[in-house]
Amino acid sequence: MLRYLLNRLVLVIPTFLGISILAFSFIRLLPGDPIDVLAGERSMSAARRAELMHQFGLDQPLWVQYGQYLWKTLHGDLGTSLTTAHPIMGEFLTLFPATVELTICAMIFATVLGVLFGILAAARRDSWIDQLTMGTALVGYSMPIFWWGLLLIIVFAAGLHWVPVSGRISLDYYFKPVTGFMLIDSLLSGQKGAFQSALQHLILPTIVLGTIPLAVIARQTRSAMLEVLGEDYVRTARAKGLSDARVTGIHAFRNALIPVVTTIGLQVGTLFAGAILTETIFSWPGIGKWMIDAIGHRDYTVVQGGLLIIAVVVMVVNLIVDVLYALINPRIRSR
Amino acid sequence: MRLITTLLAATALVAALAGGAYAKTLVYCSEGSPEGFDPGLYESGTTLDVNIATYEGLVKFKLGSTEVRPALAEKWEISKDGLTYTFHLRHGVKWQTTDYFTPTREFNADDVVYSFQRQLDGKMYLPDTTYAYWGDMSMPDQVAGIKKIDDYTVELTLKTPSAPMIANLAMPFAEIVSKEYVDKLAEANNMAQFNDKPVGTGPFIFVDYQKDANIRFKANPDYWGGAPKLDNLVFSINKDATARYQSLKAGECDIMAYPNPADVDAIKKDPNLQAIQEKGLNFGALWFNTQQKPFDNVEVRKALDMAIDKKALVQAVYQGQGQVATSPLPPTMWSSIDGKLKPTAYNPDEAKKMLDKAGVKNLSMRIWAMPVARPYMPDAKRAAEMLQADFAKVGVTASIYSVDWAEYLKDSKPVDRDGAVIMGWTGDNGDPDNFLTPNFGCDAVGGGNRAQWCNKDFDALLKKAQQVTDQKERTKLYEQAQEIFNKDTPVALLAHSVVTMPMSKAVTGYIIDPFGLHHFETVDKTE
Repeated sequence: MLRYLLNRLVLVIPTFLGISILAFSFIRLLPGDPIDVLAGERSMSAARRAELMHQFGLDQPLWVQYGQYLWKTLHGDLGTSLTTAHPIMGEFLTLFPATVELTICAMIFATVLGVLFGILAAARRDSWIDQLTMGTALVGYSMPIFWWGLLLIIVFAAGLHWVPVSGRISLDYYFKPVTGFMLIDSLLSGQKGAFQSALQHLILPTIVLGTIPLAVIARQTRSAMLEVLGEDYVRTARAKGLSDARVTGIHAFRNALIPVVTTIGLQVGTLFAGAILTETIFSWPGIGKWMIDAIGHRDYTVVQGGLLIIAVVVMVVNLIVDVLYALINPRIRSR
Repeated sequence: MRLITTLLAATALVAALAGGAYAKTLVYCSEGSPEGFDPGLYESGTTLDVNIATYEGLVKFKLGSTEVRPALAEKWEISKDGLTYTFHLRHGVKWQTTDYFTPTREFNADDVVYSFQRQLDGKMYLPDTTYAYWGDMSMPDQVAGIKKIDDYTVELTLKTPSAPMIANLAMPFAEIVSKEYVDKLAEANNMAQFNDKPVGTGPFIFVDYQKDANIRFKANPDYWGGAPKLDNLVFSINKDATARYQSLKAGECDIMAYPNPADVDAIKKDPNLQAIQEKGLNFGALWFNTQQKPFDNVEVRKALDMAIDKKALVQAVYQGQGQVATSPLPPTMWSSIDGKLKPTAYNPDEAKKMLDKAGVKNLSMRIWAMPVARPYMPDAKRAAEMLQADFAKVGVTASIYSVDWAEYLKDSKPVDRDGAVIMGWTGDNGDPDNFLTPNFGCDAVGGGNRAQWCNKDFDALLKKAQQVTDQKERTKLYEQAQEIFNKDTPVALLAHSVVTMPMSKAVTGYIIDPFGLHHFETVDKTE
């Protein structure tokens, strides 16, 4: 197990370097730079442009800029934003809890419902339940997030007033963030109704962000279950006279878990990507919105720093999933 | 019965107490996050909206107009040679007291000198920053120095006379900051806070900013212009116009910025909402490249201008919230001849003949469509499609080209750019020079002058008008300049748009700023 873990850890180094190069070059490959955005519609003399390029440290050769970026990053300094002049790590830490809170809620929502629907569809294969669940999953999978989010807002927030339109908590509540997780902070604030308000604000974004992973997990669970349900040991279990629920719920499901856990792990990347749109629609102050703004402003340092941190987070999550995978399935450990 | 009476009485009491303690809070659904809070560092409207809530300059624009009025300076004199401006400062103006700064003195000349000197010196206290607007308004080329005469008098000296200078000083970058606050932060080696927590003399006091979520202000009870009617002001940030509109409908905010033009009709019909409108200080246009064939031929440009059904375009793209432009200067601006001129008549047949006469056959061109909405162009892609259809009627094949905003800004500038670009301008300071020089001056070719149009006579008139301080004389010069512009048609002028502010019916006293900024000191909210 230790060797397996070490092998996986060694792989992290080239991945990290690769991502740092990608993150650095990706934003610079896009035409237009921070100075163009700053100038907007107006003219800028060559002299002023040169002065600004120097001030922003963009007048040095690319390899020098990359070298500095890598050197500083390895020393834990991601630099400061070209737009706000704030340290990137500080901005990330301020915004990341909002994304994590939303992502966790969406993950729970997607996993619980996805697994449930998947098992249900597999257990009642080819019945109307199966058809309906899988049909809905296909629709969910193809749902354009932006459209879906706005539709839910128009119907349930602006129309029926069941839930709020946007933000993380009603503006009536005001307290300084302690953990950055609104559910926890609202409890800590001791203000009456704050927790409920935070919870209500989570409902729509959670559904919107969780829709695609929910569909994927449901379909994956169904196919994994169907595969397992056809195995000999399931037939043996049935032959032993075990109840249907026990066979499906325990014997089959435990063995179907492996591909499902992998899928859930892979969905973390999808969730971060989905968070970009979800956060924009619901005005959710997380890192997705932060990255989009930074790309628009050509805020080189934020894009390269932010991408790197997000990639590291995804890498760590995938590593954890791999370890979990190995724990569930002894065959992988020994490989 | 007694129980019911007691309950009723208790409810009434609670209601009365709540009513007494009720604070008037206005929630403004804004369109983006401020880059920072130092008024000197940034120039995006989103950031300036925040600056003008807390800070003020020596002079300011009378709200709703382009007229300059006294603010922190009660009056001023300009020397005969136009080089020396003497400002007499207002007495008794208090700096705001916040939980992070308690002033020990009132506003005085030291603050003014510091506020200008720091931008003149250009030494930055934060990495990767610059005094952006100061530089972009060419202040370094114009200002020679600033000095204190006494505690309440300062003298600003210029290198050359500059007619728009007073208007420049009413812009947010010239707002006055507290030298005492700066000194205190510098001493504590904590200057970064200056860009996070502002202290001004303005109508609202900064309370807190939760990044990308909201900004809270409270009323400044000591404001020299009278305390605002609101108790609290909250900016609730939401980038998406549809989501902002839904928030307004749901009562989560009281007033919103930049609605989709397509929503304005529905807002007007909503019994709980109102939409106030004002002519914007802007123009939108299709910019030909006058240095490239066949657009170097004025007849070709005129023919294409004539081929555009501008009325239909204003109706479809601006949803009728605008008027066809005949001059880059909007009709509300002094010296504009827009109201006096008739728009080019839409005449595809004549346009086709003109193109034939000019020897232009099977012309194919690109139309650049901006990817973002601006007050002067709410939907460039729709506009491009309409232009494409109009040009097809005169035998010109147009393809639509759109890239992301940063790329668009950069690639539309070079002299050898192809096709025609949709672009426009929103005024900075209400001076005609600010519309004409950055967009059509010879120095701006290859830059903001995306028509790459350099007409020596036109340029000479602009330069002359910059040096003259008499408004009547300037008006004449700008009128002549606009006539040359019309004759040469470097761009196909499309429209001056109308600015719309949707808000709840409970909001009163909101005044639309022609420069596109959002002010709340005059706003009240009824229950």
